[in-house]
Amino acid sequence: LLGRASLLVSAALKEGRVAPTELCQRCLSLIKSTKFLNAYITVAEETALKQAEESEKRYKRGQPLGVLDGIPIAVKDNFNTAGIETTCASNMLKGYISPYNATVVQKLLDQGAVLLGKTNLDEFAMGSGSTDGVFGPVRNPWSYSRQYKEKSVPKSHSEDKDSNWVITGGSSGGSAAAVSSFTCFAALGSDTGGSTRNPAAHCGVVGLKPTYGLISRHGLIPLVNSMDVPGILTRCVDDAAVVLGSLAGHDPKDSTTIQDNFKPFELSDLTDVSKLSIGIPKEYHAPGLSSEILALWSKAADLFKNAGAKVIEVSLPHTRYSIVCYHVLCTAEVASNMARFDGLEYGHRSDMNKSTESMYAATRREGFNDVVRGRILSGNYFLLKQNYENYFIKAQKVRRLIANDFVKVFGSGVDILLTPTTLSDAIPYMEFIKEDNRTRSAQDDILTQAANMAGLPAINVPTALSERGLPVGLQFIGRSFQEKQLLTVAKWFEKQVKFPMIQLDEVKRHDHGVFQHQKSASFLEHRT
Amino acid sequence: MSGSVLQYCSTTFAITLCLWGHPYLNSIFLLFFFFFSLTPWVPVVGLEIHAQISSNSKLFSGSQVQFAAPPNSLVSFFDASLPGTLPVLNRRCVEAAVMTGLALNCSINKKSLFDRKHYFYADLPAGYQITQQRVPIAVNGSLSYSLCIDNKMSQMVTKTVRIKQIQLEQDSGKSLHDDVRSQTLVDLNRAGVGLMEVVMEPDMCCGEEAAAAVRELQLILQTLGSSQAVMAEGQLRVDANVSVHHPGEPYGVRTEVKNINSIRFLAKAVDYEIERQIEELESGGTILNETRAFDSKLGCTVPMRDKEGKQDYRFMPEPNLPPLILYNARSLPANMNHQQVVNIDWIHERLPDLPSVKRAKLVEQYGILPEHSFTLLNEAGLTEFFEDVIKQTQMKPKKVIGWILNDLLSYLKQHSLTVKESPVSSFLLADLLNRLEKKEISSTAAKQVFAELWKGEGKTPLEIVKEKKLQLIQDQEDLERICQAVMAIKSGNRKVLNKLIGLVQRETQGRSNPVLVKQLLEKKLSE
Repeated sequence: LLGRASLLVSAALKEGRVAPTELCQRCLSLIKSTKFLNAYITVAEETALKQAEESEKRYKRGQPLGVLDGIPIAVKDNFNTAGIETTCASNMLKGYISPYNATVVQKLLDQGAVLLGKTNLDEFAMGSGSTDGVFGPVRNPWSYSRQYKEKSVPKSHSEDKDSNWVITGGSSGGSAAAVSSFTCFAALGSDTGGSTRNPAAHCGVVGLKPTYGLISRHGLIPLVNSMDVPGILTRCVDDAAVVLGSLAGHDPKDSTTIQDNFKPFELSDLTDVSKLSIGIPKEYHAPGLSSEILALWSKAADLFKNAGAKVIEVSLPHTRYSIVCYHVLCTAEVASNMARFDGLEYGHRSDMNKSTESMYAATRREGFNDVVRGRILSGNYFLLKQNYENYFIKAQKVRRLIANDFVKVFGSGVDILLTPTTLSDAIPYMEFIKEDNRTRSAQDDILTQAANMAGLPAINVPTALSERGLPVGLQFIGRSFQEKQLLTVAKWFEKQVKFPMIQLDEVKRHDHGVFQHQKSASFLEHRT
Repeated sequence: MSGSVLQYCSTTFAITLCLWGHPYLNSIFLLFFFFFSLTPWVPVVGLEIHAQISSNSKLFSGSQVQFAAPPNSLVSFFDASLPGTLPVLNRRCVEAAVMTGLALNCSINKKSLFDRKHYFYADLPAGYQITQQRVPIAVNGSLSYSLCIDNKMSQMVTKTVRIKQIQLEQDSGKSLHDDVRSQTLVDLNRAGVGLMEVVMEPDMCCGEEAAAAVRELQLILQTLGSSQAVMAEGQLRVDANVSVHHPGEPYGVRTEVKNINSIRFLAKAVDYEIERQIEELESGGTILNETRAFDSKLGCTVPMRDKEGKQDYRFMPEPNLPPLILYNARSLPANMNHQQVVNIDWIHERLPDLPSVKRAKLVEQYGILPEHSFTLLNEAGLTEFFEDVIKQTQMKPKKVIGWILNDLLSYLKQHSLTVKESPVSSFLLADLLNRLEKKEISSTAAKQVFAELWKGEGKTPLEIVKEKKLQLIQDQEDLERICQAVMAIKSGNRKVLNKLIGLVQRETQGRSNPVLVKQLLEKKLSE
């Protein structure tokens, strides 16, 4: 049951085959038995059960609030949740309980979703491994899958059998792991440079980064305001479309959201791809791209070609400047956004009380990790009067060029771009931490952050398992606000590749129904 | 000191003259000055004025704006900079800034931008202020103001100061330092209140000019209702940039004078600073580019605590606010929600009469002197009071103005009351003036009635007149009898006629009609 797509479960809820409280209980006990994944920072057991009970009453009255009513979800711990701790995996906000809900959280709750808890991340979402939070690294559920265990080279008995586990990617690693390990049906992540799509690729789930401005950022603790978007992690494309439909639209509390009304949509099955033009940006053949992923990328292109779509190589010439440019813009905004954490109004406050200034300094030294402090320092450097023109302004200009690259390509008739999401499959934690956060972020965001620069919608679709038995995903990038087209194509692709289900002993023990549904079933198919 | 500074404004040569007599200059220096430094100093004054926008809610949040509310009672999540909160621009504040820009002859930017200005301070919760550094909402305006020369109301000159820009920005909270317990208390009620920063070019040259310009601005803001502009409540804050230089040379190093909380102090602070700089330079010193505070008790400026060198504000575009787009009738999008747009033309058409126009109208309509029109507008509500009286009386406006300025205003000033608080209403004053006009009472008696009315005991002028027996004696027989009595004492000497009139008046406690008395006396004398 837990392994199903949320919307199929929604049908089961509606038909009374399963009760919201039962579903919630099962998820909660699965969270407990997969605690070693460290996917959750806070599990809101009590409130979740209360919400499930309310949902159950609505179903009994025959008045559910919609398809999400009673569906257990998880939210990245950088979204404000009233009454539930919001930490950003930082000492700075440990114990911080927000008085308000982020708009996206409120929208989910208003539609009856059951909030199980808050998921782990890199401190303030700064990272690409979900390894740099104050609550420790998130473990990729696939590390414990039968698929990975079978393929990985058996180590000598003396070695810790646990040392082989791989990272989830990040920074929304907790959300990706939570969805991947069936502890929830959908999760919110955030995506600034790839933070939703990257862990989605490594954890074998769908990760959608919508167009900038389509979903409210109010209540999302910012990393880079001009690039942040709430991300959606689900087990299938249809689910992503439903969650998107429930979140999208203007928010009077976020002036950067679009004014136009957003109409939720259902995804139809694409039968004819011959009118589609798929662009393959050659610059995404980046240094370090694994041959395995390159092969998979070509195969995917062939898949479209063979089905009659037009597949053409395109060029986004400024892509290679993207990561440096991103570094400047990101750190500058970080420096600014982090200025509010001074220990006065909320969050950690140092005992140092010699002067206000010394209290500030100590608070920020104690509250932030090296990564955050490093970005604050470089960001302030770039914003200094003498550097502003040379760095910040230049980076903004380059950003415009990058965005224009996309405009040109889409203007030339290309509908969707197909690229890899990551350079390789997930690597073991012990391997990952050999390089510092900055190096890793620069490498790992390389294929994803251009979409953030340009504000475009992009989605990771799990595609296949690598030779090591780990998930590999491909990315589709669409035109601004053309989520429907993007998701329709992604759904077609998802159907073709038949990505295998994760096989986890923990889940098997908890849910006997899981493996009877190998394909990720769609709600819409079953409803019609 | 202020007397000598005033001369900087009129002629530069006068400055050298007034320095001769300065007590601090010794004779050796005077000699040096005479031979080598006859060139005068030109003071240059520019102003940065922060006007709190009069609006129900703050610039970017829904919190109420209110003076002297309990500490931290008007603080939204955004004002306290809770993580994840975002600014939402208050339309009213935009309209107030557009109005002010139009009134100051600015060009309104159809597209303006918001920026973050970073600095750490306890009453700045976000660690940055949202302001308009790159492209402000209004630019390139001007303000005309008048001031009197040598404090003579009859000699008024009109000057103009250029307005560089008007920008929208957030106010900060307030910090209270408790040195005894070494604590800082923070009140965020003011944090995020909308401000208009009006930047005036350095076109002024003395404290009087600066004061007159600010007073005119204050009147304009109050007329528009875009700010209450009460300096004592901090709704209008003025920082002055002051420098001095020799004619034909580049501007001198300037200082910024802060902590000026009344217009009177502005004039004092600027003049003091000019004098100080001249003295400093004359004695071979240099001027530091520093911030100085005006100490109103000592009447001087003192260097402010050094903020550890020069601040780099690390300006950055505010990413959470799209560009502020304004429309005019032509560019107004047809299908846009009117709640979402601000139409400059619409605001322009509805601008009230500005003080300069109001003054011209008063002069024209009522035939009063220009300087009277200044006095009328300078006192809040006085023009309305004046016009109300005019409406209710047959007395000529030229005569009414005397009563308003000489009697009402001086009483108000004596008792430190505002026009609103006046115990004599326009109705009562008009009633009194009508009785005077109808010759029911003499003007001497009218003054007495006014004094009685001021007591605010609820009596009407008529009641007072009756009670105090102040009616003008119109009865010829009565007066003849009185005059006869006087005649009995004095023989008919034409030279003492005026004295006799005075005696009659004394006899009648000023109640007799002087014209009639004069006629009667003349008649008696010629008999």
